Amino acid sequence: MLSYVIRRVLLMIPTLFFVAFITFVLAHSAPGSPFDKNQNRPLPEATIERLNRLYGIDQPIQNQFVLYLNNLVHLDLGSSLVKDRTVADIIGSEFPVSAQLGLQALFIALAIALPLGIVSALKQNTGIDYASLLFATIGTTIPAFVIAIFAIFLFGVNLRWFPFIGWGNGCGPLPSCDLKRMAMPTVILSLGAMAFLTRITRASMLEAIRQDYVRTARSKGLREQVVIVGHVVKNAMIPVATIIGPATAGLITGSFIIEWMFNVPGLGREFVLSINRRDYPLIMGVYMLYATLIVIANLTVDIVYGWIDPRIKLGR
Amino acid sequence: MATITRPLAGQERAAELNVLVRKQRSLWQDAMYRLVRNKAAMVGLGVIILAGLMAIFAPFIAPYSPTAIPNAANPTINADPFWTGTKYVDPRYLFGTDEIGRDILTRLIYSARVSMIIGFVPVALIFLIGVSVGMVAGYAGGWTDQLLMRITDVVYAFPDLLFLLIIMATLRGTDIGKFGGGLPLMFVGIAIVNWVGMARLLRGQVLSLKEKEFVEAARCVGATPIRILVRHLFPNAIAPAIVAVSFAIPSAMLTEATLSFLGIGVIPPTPTWGVMINDGFVVFSTSPWPVLLPAFCIAIVMLSFTFLGDGLRDALDPRMKI
Amino acid sequence: MPLLEVKDLHTSFFTRDGVVRAVDGVSFELNAGETLGLVGESGCGKSVTALSLMRLIPMPPGKITEGQIVFDGTDVLQMDDDDVRGIRGNNIAMIFQDPMTSLNPVLTISRQISEALELHLKMDRSEARKRTTELLELVGIPSAGKRLDDYPHQFSGGMRQRVMIAMALSCNPKLILADEPTTALDVTIQAQILDLLKNLAREFRTAFILITHDLGVVAGMTQRIHVMYAGRIVEKADTGELFANPKMPYTWGLLRSIPRLDERRKERLVPIEGLPPDLIAPPPGCRFEPRCQYRRDLCREREPELASVPGAKPDHQARCHGTQAGGWLVDLDWRSEIGDVRVLEEIKQEVAAVPAEAARLGAADLTPREGP
Repeated sequence: MLSYVIRRVLLMIPTLFFVAFITFVLAHSAPGSPFDKNQNRPLPEATIERLNRLYGIDQPIQNQFVLYLNNLVHLDLGSSLVKDRTVADIIGSEFPVSAQLGLQALFIALAIALPLGIVSALKQNTGIDYASLLFATIGTTIPAFVIAIFAIFLFGVNLRWFPFIGWGNGCGPLPSCDLKRMAMPTVILSLGAMAFLTRITRASMLEAIRQDYVRTARSKGLREQVVIVGHVVKNAMIPVATIIGPATAGLITGSFIIEWMFNVPGLGREFVLSINRRDYPLIMGVYMLYATLIVIANLTVDIVYGWIDPRIKLGR
Repeated sequence: MATITRPLAGQERAAELNVLVRKQRSLWQDAMYRLVRNKAAMVGLGVIILAGLMAIFAPFIAPYSPTAIPNAANPTINADPFWTGTKYVDPRYLFGTDEIGRDILTRLIYSARVSMIIGFVPVALIFLIGVSVGMVAGYAGGWTDQLLMRITDVVYAFPDLLFLLIIMATLRGTDIGKFGGGLPLMFVGIAIVNWVGMARLLRGQVLSLKEKEFVEAARCVGATPIRILVRHLFPNAIAPAIVAVSFAIPSAMLTEATLSFLGIGVIPPTPTWGVMINDGFVVFSTSPWPVLLPAFCIAIVMLSFTFLGDGLRDALDPRMKI
Repeated sequence: MPLLEVKDLHTSFFTRDGVVRAVDGVSFELNAGETLGLVGESGCGKSVTALSLMRLIPMPPGKITEGQIVFDGTDVLQMDDDDVRGIRGNNIAMIFQDPMTSLNPVLTISRQISEALELHLKMDRSEARKRTTELLELVGIPSAGKRLDDYPHQFSGGMRQRVMIAMALSCNPKLILADEPTTALDVTIQAQILDLLKNLAREFRTAFILITHDLGVVAGMTQRIHVMYAGRIVEKADTGELFANPKMPYTWGLLRSIPRLDERRKERLVPIEGLPPDLIAPPPGCRFEPRCQYRRDLCREREPELASVPGAKPDHQARCHGTQAGGWLVDLDWRSEIGDVRVLEEIKQEVAAVPAEAARLGAADLTPREGP
């Protein structure tokens, strides 16, 4: 088990190296980037000096890459070209908002998807099953930003139930104000993952419930609830757990669209803005962070998978 | 069991052959029959055909030019669609105009063109590359297979949208990126991040098929590897690839819409639904229709493809899940 | 009073294609400690009969529509759900066909056996664990104490079936239903498992019903044999009597198709032509008539009763016009006389005319949990 974890952690390194390499190459070929030799955008004197120090722009390209990697290892991501702050500083102050949004969304997605999927499978071909299937189809099909547009139009502009700009942080005397502000971005961000998880949970429950061991459990005289919880759900959760990794990745990429639409002052919004402003150090830094997070999420899920499914032998 | 019900040897052989022959002849017909009976899939197909026709005949249907501003000297800005019944309705522009006075109906129709192109060109690339690489890797095994699996591992490690974002963000300003309104770059980007999934799918299919007796039989009579791949493995491995394609098309369209919405996709003024939403989003709360209408279009097309894809999956292989 | 009395049991499956009468009027009795073999082809209703006894028929689509199952003086079909659960695993236990899929892959062996002990015998965890070790030793699992926390995939097929037997025995049931317990196992393991089952049942004085498609399996195992065909019992006899003096052409067919290693036989194995009938619309007369090479017109017109037959022990019953008093098969030596050759040809042609797939669907799909 431990050797497996260590091996997997070590395997992250080539992946992240590849990610770093791609970002480096892309940033070098981008016009208007600090690495662009025929500068079509004048940079301030101070910035150029700092870049020279940080990336050694006057040096050969392979040296620059080594320097870039060295900086990465030391968590030095450079400075924003637009704001007078380091990328690490920007990440430090804005990532918590994104993390809160993402974790809230993941929590809501799980809290609704798992029970809904289970109930839907247990009541197969009833009204609630059809409703949850419809929800799952719509939620996995229609992209979050389109749903956000409809939601803003309906609940924000027309009904005025929820504000649709900004984020909590004590907008009024009551905490309910913060909650109201967080409601739309959080729920809409969670919808895709929620729908996907509902679908997987339902399918996986239906698969588990017709297995022979369920009949065995019933033949022992166990109560139906014990059969469902102790035997069916326990098996059905294994495929669901493997989906949480991709679902988390979806939440991360979804978050910058949602943050940008709802003006949530998080890293995702910063990322979209930096792309439009061609703030390359910031783009590269945030991209590296997101890629690392996703790799870690996938790794965690794999380890958890080996832990909950006794048939998977880790370490081989 | 077997000794009890088994018919005599010759007869059993005949019965087996009978089943085989029937299956081979009617697999596609059976699938077609099941698909046609699926109402949701048929509605989806109808909408897709409609959108396709709209895309092809856009210049004949659309009342104006998609990029020009009608009556540029005195444009009608932010006209409301006719069904709103406000005083800003202008009968010349049924669906209203956008914030600089372009006709929305025209732009919606022309947007279907980009969506269809984005749906088919990169997916054709994905299909060609993915199927050939996947089948060769699965059949040849060895280092070819190892290499493919390592590449897939890396590409699977981070999500496609994030990767595309960084490609578009960095290369959009270059000559490659500006070429053809940004479309070719997007084709390549979408193909790069998606071909591995297709390759992996085909590899798995071939791996399980190549142990089957009919492949062995073909090898025994001296069929070349190419012939085995093309004549024996390909027709048997293709059904899941078709299902995958039916899901890859809307996913490619959605990628375009998302990138354009974020302002790093198709370069304006070329109309796409994503670009239209991006254009109108700043003034969304006061003038919602220029944003709502393309959003509706995206939602309907996405749903149609999902219904068709689900129908295809059920028709081709009822055992496939999710 | 017998331990188990099944009277006129009817179990049907309500499918889109129609009502499948999987068990259609089955009656039999079983005394305490007695062993019974239930034999027939796949899809003849033997597994459904067993599942009906424990009310484990999946509902929907299945339903027990008629009859009585009197176990220990109480009709199982009249019980409320709690009482039925009190019987399952406690008084009646079941061993299923495929030990590879019948154990829960994510629970340890000890957990799966303890569950019933804690539920029915009110043991606490450590008591149940101790008892589980004893049970595993009893069924011959080496170093049982060390394997308690293993998962099913760490056991071989034969060992898993031993675990299933331990699970069935755990609460000292009065009746064990063994549904094709060795079909999924290697031939060498089959004999071991059958021996184990027989010895343990004797030791525990447990009655058991052994369900199998293979007459060879029940030969040394059970005191009595009931042969089932198309949802009905077609022949009942003591084991010795049935092998020595079978009175139903279907049983003859079954006997002819057993491979015998211990005896040089002149005749080759003779299979029964054709497939079991569609249970949605069974033949109007004798259900075996379409496949019977001794048939006469009478067989198609009227279904024979299950009745005593001349030239046999009084408790030997068969469902055949031909062997009943005055029939044309009473004096027939089934070993030498394999029937009218022209009728055999007819049957072959009829079988060939049925599309193989349709026939297979008709027979196998409708009783999904049956047969290999």
